[in-house]
Amino acid sequence: MQLESMYQDIILDHYRNPVGKGELVPFDAEVHHVNPTCGDEITLRVRLSQGVIEEVGHIGQGCSISQASASVMVELVTGRNVTAALEIESAFLDLMQSRGRSVPDEEVLEDAVAFAGVSKYPARVKCALLPWMALKDAVLRVRTEEPTTHDKEK
Amino acid sequence: MTSSASTAGLVSPLDAEAIKADFPLLSRTVRDGKPLVYLDSGATSQKPRSVLDAERDFYEHHNAAVHRGAHQLGEEATDAYEAARETIAAFIGARAQDIVFTKNATESLNLIAYALGNASYASTPQEQALALSPGDRIVVTEMEHHANLVPWQELCRRTGAELAWLSVTDDGRLDISDLDAVINERTKVVAFTHQSNVLGTITPVATLVERARAVGALIVLDACQSVPHMPVDVGELGVDLVAFSGHKMLGPTGIGVLWGRASVLAALPPFITGGSMIETVYMDHSTYAAPPQRFEAGTPVAAQAVGLAAACHYLSEVGMSAVAEHEHYLTSLALSALQEIPGVRIIGPAMANDRGGAVSFLVDGVHAHDVGQVLDDRGVEVRVGHHCAWPLMRRFGIAATTRASFHLYNTAEDVHALIDGVQAARKFFGVA
Ligand SMILES: Cc1ncc(COP(=O)(O)O)c(C=O)c1O
Repeated sequence: MQLESMYQDIILDHYRNPVGKGELVPFDAEVHHVNPTCGDEITLRVRLSQGVIEEVGHIGQGCSISQASASVMVELVTGRNVTAALEIESAFLDLMQSRGRSVPDEEVLEDAVAFAGVSKYPARVKCALLPWMALKDAVLRVRTEEPTTHDKEK
Repeated sequence: MTSSASTAGLVSPLDAEAIKADFPLLSRTVRDGKPLVYLDSGATSQKPRSVLDAERDFYEHHNAAVHRGAHQLGEEATDAYEAARETIAAFIGARAQDIVFTKNATESLNLIAYALGNASYASTPQEQALALSPGDRIVVTEMEHHANLVPWQELCRRTGAELAWLSVTDDGRLDISDLDAVINERTKVVAFTHQSNVLGTITPVATLVERARAVGALIVLDACQSVPHMPVDVGELGVDLVAFSGHKMLGPTGIGVLWGRASVLAALPPFITGGSMIETVYMDHSTYAAPPQRFEAGTPVAAQAVGLAAACHYLSEVGMSAVAEHEHYLTSLALSALQEIPGVRIIGPAMANDRGGAVSFLVDGVHAHDVGQVLDDRGVEVRVGHHCAWPLMRRFGIAATTRASFHLYNTAEDVHALIDGVQAARKFFGVA
């Protein structure tokens, strides 16, 4: 059956027990991204400290692929500096656009290699990319706007 | 009432298995050899061989630009195009001169909205009467496809008119309890769907028409999901303008229809301008042809019209009442079987009365995308997502549904495959 090639155990595990699910407080940037073809949404917050991603939190409605992708992403990028996180993002983007033809680099992508099967289904690629696009947007916002941490005093 | 009671004794007047054989695509396999179970006709229908043959025959024997030039092929192409207009008009009880060919229903609806917008720069008193101004109202419903919502939002933005809408009840019917307040004296346009592409709900056209007439509003009906699935006579509906797409009624893509009451079409200014829609052209101004040509700028969609006429022949031969009855049968089967599965909730009327064959549902604990993926893996092709009716999703507090939709070629076995697939999805995601 092909289903198992998409829904790897890693994906199903992250879907059932997502990492980083919830409203992050305090935070430096919040973004809201939608997948206009299916209506899935993610609200993602990040907190940075001297160029390092301290914490990521996400809430929203989504399928197993987008939820698991967000969870895997949080694990991968937490504690890394923004440049390193964006390198992983770029590797993940390449993988997802490969239509199942590229061999993912496990050194870089770790658990995210599990999404290789998803890349064979063009309609689902956007699901996997949704949290990553949100993360990229969020960290770049912090970089460009001078950091004004929200609710840090509270 | 138990579900077995509600479907007991239901039979279909059609031999859907035999009909299926007329549709070449339906015999193919998908996803490594699985027989195709096509349950996405609400998005687009498959085409019978006779439609494919008609288009091919046109291109092989009669192709030329319609309404231009005087050679023999030009005559034949023009005759084929205009004969197609007669057939398609007759299919909805209309006169040929009252239907306009467009690209799809979306374009038909935009044609109306833009023509009404253009009435604000009107040159005749007739056109001026159609113009909207601040304080005027356009009324739609909460169950509209984006195609019958966004063009009206835009028209409001351009004219300063306000948008108001009828809401939807919890069981997916149109809420007409505040009809008189929503369609008020300032209402200039009432635009609504005949049958919801998400809920399957058939709207109470006569009730809306009565109120809209009382305030003198123009009535626009989105018949995208009704004309392909039930007998529709535009004269009996009492509306002013009707839009639908060819590709959802066994016809080709690339052709849509706009029917208009003759007096309304005659008053509407053009939308798209250029060749074929003019009467005379000078360097500094032009005058325009009578409808329908006024609304068919550019080289017309001749082969598509011929294909759509063949689709109308096919549907007429089967009989639209029989098509509707068959879909009612499938819908009843699907509704009762789905509701027997724990954790499945129908979005839309749970009973098959006054509704068509679009069946939307949620599976507790499994996102629609994931339901769709499991079904696809089994060769069952349904639509998942917001179905271009995002505000309706929001109304129900959801992001997406799984939607199965039927046409005359679907069988009871197709419904069973859907039900088995939904059970499999629950199992796969550990909620069964
Ligand atoms: C109710 C309804 N209205 C409008 C449309 C738009 O039709 P089309 O995309 O063919 O223009 C559709 C189908 O997508 C529909 O189901």
